[in-house]
Amino acid sequence: MELKTKKPLKKQVYLGQPQDPPPPELIAILDKYRGKPDALITVLEEIQHHYGYLPRKQLEHTARELGFPMSRVFGVATFYNLFQFSPPGRYQVRVCKGTACHVGHSEEILSYLKEKLNIDEDETSADGLFTLQTVACVGACSLAPIVVVNERTYARTTPEKMWDALEHLRAEAVEEVAS
Amino acid sequence: MKAIIRIGMSTSDIAAGAEDTFRAIESAVRHRQLDVTLKRTGSLGASHREPVVDIEIDGQSTLYGPVTPERVTPMLDQHFGAGERGVSDDWVISRKNDRSDYPFLGKQYKVTTKLCGIIDPFSLEDYLAHDGYQALKQALKMPPEAVVQTVKDSKLRGRGGAGFPTGIKWELLRKAPKHPKFLICNADEGDPGAFMDRATIEGDPHKLLEGMIIAAYATGASQGYIYARAEYPLAVNILRNAIAQAREYGVLGENILGSGLNFDVTIKEGAGAFVCGEETALMHSIEGKRGMPSMRPPYPAQSGLWGYPSNINNVETLTSISSIILNGADWYAGLGTAKSGGTKAFALAGAIQRSGLVEVPIGTPLKELIYDIGGGCANGRELKAVQMGGPSGGCIPARMLDTIIDYDEISATGAIMGSGGMIVLDDTVSMVNIAHYFLSFTQDESCGKCVPCRVGTRQMLNILQRLLDGRGRIDDIEKLRRLCYTVGKSSLCGLGQTAPNPVLTTLRYFEDEYLAAVTNDVQGQTKLVAEASV
Repeated sequence: MELKTKKPLKKQVYLGQPQDPPPPELIAILDKYRGKPDALITVLEEIQHHYGYLPRKQLEHTARELGFPMSRVFGVATFYNLFQFSPPGRYQVRVCKGTACHVGHSEEILSYLKEKLNIDEDETSADGLFTLQTVACVGACSLAPIVVVNERTYARTTPEKMWDALEHLRAEAVEEVAS
Repeated sequence: MKAIIRIGMSTSDIAAGAEDTFRAIESAVRHRQLDVTLKRTGSLGASHREPVVDIEIDGQSTLYGPVTPERVTPMLDQHFGAGERGVSDDWVISRKNDRSDYPFLGKQYKVTTKLCGIIDPFSLEDYLAHDGYQALKQALKMPPEAVVQTVKDSKLRGRGGAGFPTGIKWELLRKAPKHPKFLICNADEGDPGAFMDRATIEGDPHKLLEGMIIAAYATGASQGYIYARAEYPLAVNILRNAIAQAREYGVLGENILGSGLNFDVTIKEGAGAFVCGEETALMHSIEGKRGMPSMRPPYPAQSGLWGYPSNINNVETLTSISSIILNGADWYAGLGTAKSGGTKAFALAGAIQRSGLVEVPIGTPLKELIYDIGGGCANGRELKAVQMGGPSGGCIPARMLDTIIDYDEISATGAIMGSGGMIVLDDTVSMVNIAHYFLSFTQDESCGKCVPCRVGTRQMLNILQRLLDGRGRIDDIEKLRRLCYTVGKSSLCGLGQTAPNPVLTTLRYFEDEYLAAVTNDVQGQTKLVAEASV
């Protein structure tokens, strides 16, 4: 639908230092959404989908290419929980913090994993295997407490069971690298 | 013999292992060369028994759950001959078509979730076979004003939590002079512990679309948006498919069913921000900005999306519409109380025997929902309180379970009806801990635009943390009360205004627990001194 939008501002917008041309894969994403200022969140979602996170450099390109101030792009990117700014590990371990899980002591699972992996929330373990995150609610409250690793759900879990599962995944990954 | 096997494949079913069950059934059916229709459906709501499988033979249905892959062979043996390996009664949920032998299902009254778990959400034919889009055809024969009037007469109130009468909201949009008008469906179900909207979309997406198209006809909106959580990939996928089917069928797009109505729907995926449940914040998010709320007035009906008149309705509100049009406003109003009609879906979870998705008429006592349907507290513990409305709601103590489910009655207790999260808490739970939990959530999700919410919730959280750590000070409770008042009265949007509710209700009904935390003060200090001297 065509909407009457305000005339573009005459004001010069600072778009950062001139730099190398954006990579072709980024151009492919951006080309779909040129001239659609409401699509910024979708653009960022696609960039994250492609790279696994939002690389700073690609965000700078995005701002320049779409004509947004950097502050707008970073402002939107940092506002929403979905976006990450560092490369995720091979396994994204997401501990559910929903009410039912909280009552089922998900906090203990989180702190146990933090201690065992020696990382904090939203950090990746030194071997690059596990990124520890929390999620507001998976919405499978009957199975609480829940931990989701990539696509797989671990239901009615405990700190020890969860650590065993991660050890198992680690062994799998090591084996795969070896072979 | 006509046999149908329905397998619940909603997100919660899949989390419980429904994919494996489906594969096991599929290969067994192929192997035995059975003449059976396999159907992937949404969730019936009985989350505590998932994965759920329904075997219907010549109209006689038997419901099983939880069905692990190992149980598939004996189950099929039972129904399709061959083999003596009996099925344990423990696996059977219900043997009756009306489910009257299983109180969790039999005692519910389903309107919005009626077809969830029955039809295939990817199939338009299934929906059409169950009176699909009949309400739309009927509505298109009525003048738009009459549709608005019907919704007003039905006493349907916004199911997102605040409970504003839907008919009046529609009328405001209808009377707005500017064009185009936008219709937004809020499917950004952010409350932890609430998954009614997801279950409805995953079970019956066309019912939502039908409600939206009727709303567009009644209000004059020409473009619709569904703002869905990105955390709900399956629901978004199902909706995308449904929208494509609806366009092909001719109920979306230009000149809908030859009536001259033009309306189309776009999905906007949210990116995870609780505050986007607030309508002005949600509209900013659709515009591709930071989802921060703005002052009202102007209300969305005057100046909403891109400054044009807009209307925002919750998923459950919109899915109620087709049933209201088909069965009449009187029927719907008759289900509820004098001021509020219809039914409400709840996501029942926590320390409850039978958890899952429950839909009951408004006016049902909480007691009935928790004991008759939910089976009471799990593990033989004693029920302490029921948390309603998530981070914006409050805790209703066990002694007040006679309260009926109604916007005004629930508000009187200090909790709110909310979008439908209902968590049962047993006597092992500390109420200060619960207040701290919800407040840390709102504090984390506060967008930071207004000072009372940004700073106030942080200060409240600091006090609660002190109480939890056993460092409570003598004036902490008084300070907490004052902060609750200030934050509630002066915050810009609903998030801040309702943030104190979990604290206020626990203070009101469980003050002794707060007091116990304060008297720990002396012990806490002696402990610190002791540590310092070591």
